[in-house]
Amino acid sequence: MQLTVNGQNYNVDVEDDMPLLWVLRDELGITGPKYGCGIAMCGACTVHIDGQAMRSCSVPAGQVDGSEVTTIEGLGSPEALHAVQAAWIEEQVAQCGYCQSGQIMAAAAFLSINPEPTDSDIDQAMSANLCRCGTYPRIRAAVKNAAAKLQGV
Amino acid sequence: MGVVKIARRTFLIGTVAVAGGVAFGYYQYRRPLPNPLLDSLGTGEAAITPYVKIDANGVTLITPRADKGQGAYSIQAYLLAEELDVDPLNVNLSVGVPSKAYYNSRVMDEAFPFAATDDSAVANTVRGAGDVVTRMMGMQMTGGSSTVPDGYEKLRHAGAVARETLKEAAAVKTGVRRSQLTTEDAHVILPDGTRLSYTELAPIAAQTEPVTDVVLREPGQWRYLGKEIQRTDIVGKSTGREKYGIDVSMDNMLFATVRANPGFGGDMRGYDASAAEAMRGVKKIVPVTSGVGVVADNTWRAFRAAEAIEIDWGPGPYPATSAEMWDVLDAHIDEAYQDHRNKNVGDVETPLARGQEAVEAEYRLPYLAHAPLEPMNATVLLEDDRIDIWTGTQIPRFIENHVATLTGLAHDNIHIHVQPMGGSFGHRLEDTYVLQAVEIAKAMKGTPIKMTWSREEDMTHDYPRPMALAKARGKVKPGAVEACDLDIVCQSIATSWFGRLKAAPPGPDQTISTGAWDQPYDIPNYRVTGYRAPEMVPVSSWRSVAASGNGFIHEGFLDELIHAAGADPLEERIRLCNHNVSRKVLEAVGDMCSWSGFSLGENRGRGVAFVISFGVPVAEVVDVTDTPEGIRIDRVYVACDVGRVLDPINLEAQVTGGVIFGLGHAMNCELTYEDYAPQQTNYHAYEAMRLYQAPEIEVRALENLDQIRGIGEPGVPPAAPALANAIFAATGKRIRELPLNKQIQFV
Ligand code: FES
Ligand code: FES
Repeated sequence: MQLTVNGQNYNVDVEDDMPLLWVLRDELGITGPKYGCGIAMCGACTVHIDGQAMRSCSVPAGQVDGSEVTTIEGLGSPEALHAVQAAWIEEQVAQCGYCQSGQIMAAAAFLSINPEPTDSDIDQAMSANLCRCGTYPRIRAAVKNAAAKLQGV
Repeated sequence: MGVVKIARRTFLIGTVAVAGGVAFGYYQYRRPLPNPLLDSLGTGEAAITPYVKIDANGVTLITPRADKGQGAYSIQAYLLAEELDVDPLNVNLSVGVPSKAYYNSRVMDEAFPFAATDDSAVANTVRGAGDVVTRMMGMQMTGGSSTVPDGYEKLRHAGAVARETLKEAAAVKTGVRRSQLTTEDAHVILPDGTRLSYTELAPIAAQTEPVTDVVLREPGQWRYLGKEIQRTDIVGKSTGREKYGIDVSMDNMLFATVRANPGFGGDMRGYDASAAEAMRGVKKIVPVTSGVGVVADNTWRAFRAAEAIEIDWGPGPYPATSAEMWDVLDAHIDEAYQDHRNKNVGDVETPLARGQEAVEAEYRLPYLAHAPLEPMNATVLLEDDRIDIWTGTQIPRFIENHVATLTGLAHDNIHIHVQPMGGSFGHRLEDTYVLQAVEIAKAMKGTPIKMTWSREEDMTHDYPRPMALAKARGKVKPGAVEACDLDIVCQSIATSWFGRLKAAPPGPDQTISTGAWDQPYDIPNYRVTGYRAPEMVPVSSWRSVAASGNGFIHEGFLDELIHAAGADPLEERIRLCNHNVSRKVLEAVGDMCSWSGFSLGENRGRGVAFVISFGVPVAEVVDVTDTPEGIRIDRVYVACDVGRVLDPINLEAQVTGGVIFGLGHAMNCELTYEDYAPQQTNYHAYEAMRLYQAPEIEVRALENLDQIRGIGEPGVPPAAPALANAIFAATGKRIRELPLNKQIQFV
């Protein structure tokens, strides 16, 4: 099947029901999206599919044939940070960091549809992503910081 | 070879000539340790101490203590850099190669029967003995909140020796006296402003007698430590570039997984893999200890094939159900199974026998999984005469021993490459997953295999925190606690863990009651007894080890006694406290939340708890609201004392993370067993805290302790009891069993 990931086209030969996560990680070597639970409970695998935040562990490859997939690697790079990544660095959110690819992808998609979120909007939008290290207070701060950055404040 | 004794803790530093240069290293006792850096030194390279290497690629700081998210790599780099005068964000960082030279002298501090507040000569002598034991075992281990206490002097010293030796090299090169030279940003600066880079001086330093009589800088002169510094790994972790063990990749690599007996440690009697063998991408099915391994060309295919294997499991080596396990604990809270009684002050029996009014309670704690977000994994390449292992671990040296036994390879041919960890909380003090990967690799010689546990495999083979049962009795008089008698029974973490390391320590295991017996209170009649249950589910250390469970028991029951006495929960703790530094911590938390004379309002409650663990006193106040839908945790105030704060931003992160870890598991986490297997197999049944539930957390760190301490764990223990005490204050309901959501809802 045909897949566009971070602007690059790939042809992969996998079962239709292989989750996108494992196509990215094991077939294409794109390891930013993480495996945490495999059942859509933790959000570590969050990527954007046609701009929407999705749990790649629970999206069958067959459903993304022809779609545009963006992973954390495509969102920004150390040299050219996305505003959400810059906010995550400023707030020093990450501890082990394993959940943070997913947190950042969730936050970036959320801010693109809700650029001026209230505290309770943030609580709702970001609660689908688990962090076992307990970085939640800084995630809240970083989302607000990123919202301000994106608004050009 | 020159050897000079440095510092208080008998560090020996010396030099060894190597081809084309010299290496500096720490040695232990009479026997020089093998220095892993020597193996890889090229001509013209100099390695200065096992912590600093300088070559044509520049300066490399070596940070051997593993990083599981607590910021260990970063703080080790800053400790070295502070004296070496380099910018940690602009030099190479390496975790080095596991070696006995990186022994951790402090990790065993809590294994001896003295409270952390006990500074007596005898306590320090015995702790010194612990130092010997850990050195001799070559314990390159990360745990016990020990990275900072262990490295605080050692790493700054290494940096200073390297700096002064580089200055000496510059003196040799230029004829200017060393005392006239300064250093800055990886350069030695001559009086006329000329800058000589460390890299160009390295070959000369290799020929120079090391300068070991160095004086460490005073904290007032520090540039990084104590200031707001940026974690060295923060950019990688914010851009998806950080590579964890699970991200290891190499040419021709295949992917594997394992299904082992969910009755942890039970036999695999036989299996039928015919369906699995026919599945797409499956390369090999390999029996491993207690289970079956699957090798495929994709992890998901390996997972699916593993599920398709029919396996005949033997029974687990412990009772089949939680109900039966509780019966075992009940039967062992009995004199015949007394393990130790580290606290026995006054005479609890006399006041308890008087009158009718004894306060009695029973506390119950479940098995708890560590469940770090990155599941256990290891990548292994076995060749004819060597094995390479890439994995996240806290115990690389123990793995080396086990792999030597498993493969018959000499230690020199076992190469472990420690990877950054996506959490651990103690799970990576175990190496079952590594050994399984090695077993699979033995069937796949010459092909690298990356073995990953499914989340379900991970949850069912977690080596959880042990379940525990406590019976408590106490006596009060108006306004004061008079007697407290705690009986605690659980299985021994030491027996289970050291048993797997084939190094079972003899004698009592005080961790059965640590967190309860060692608290700094002068209760006039005060007794804490630990009883040993037989081994059941294999158990291990869970972030803050015994203090998390026993802190809940001790601080919950103390709260009950204080309420029974009609005293104020904070005031009475302060009155009973016999340790100055701890008392200040209690007073500080009272000040932060305006404890006295402050009313929260209707349906709200405030609870306090205090636990000293790993030498760090921590007091936490939790505010809750009893809403119609359940308890909401509003705010947490934390005061702690680590002696000296080296990295204020990370300290706050570790404390808030610890509080959330403690609260989340207290709210809704447990492992219960049915047919030998834990019933909670993924995060849907083991959720802990989510972002919308996270309270505001305010942290204040004091610096009154006379020595520096680590903060990765001590924030955890007071959280659960402070929450339960707050729920009592808000609702009048005293909950003595975890998780709390068995009896109350949370919003
Ligand atoms: S791995 Fe996809 S949600 Fe957890
Ligand atoms: S930072 Fe470790 S799981 Fe979130």
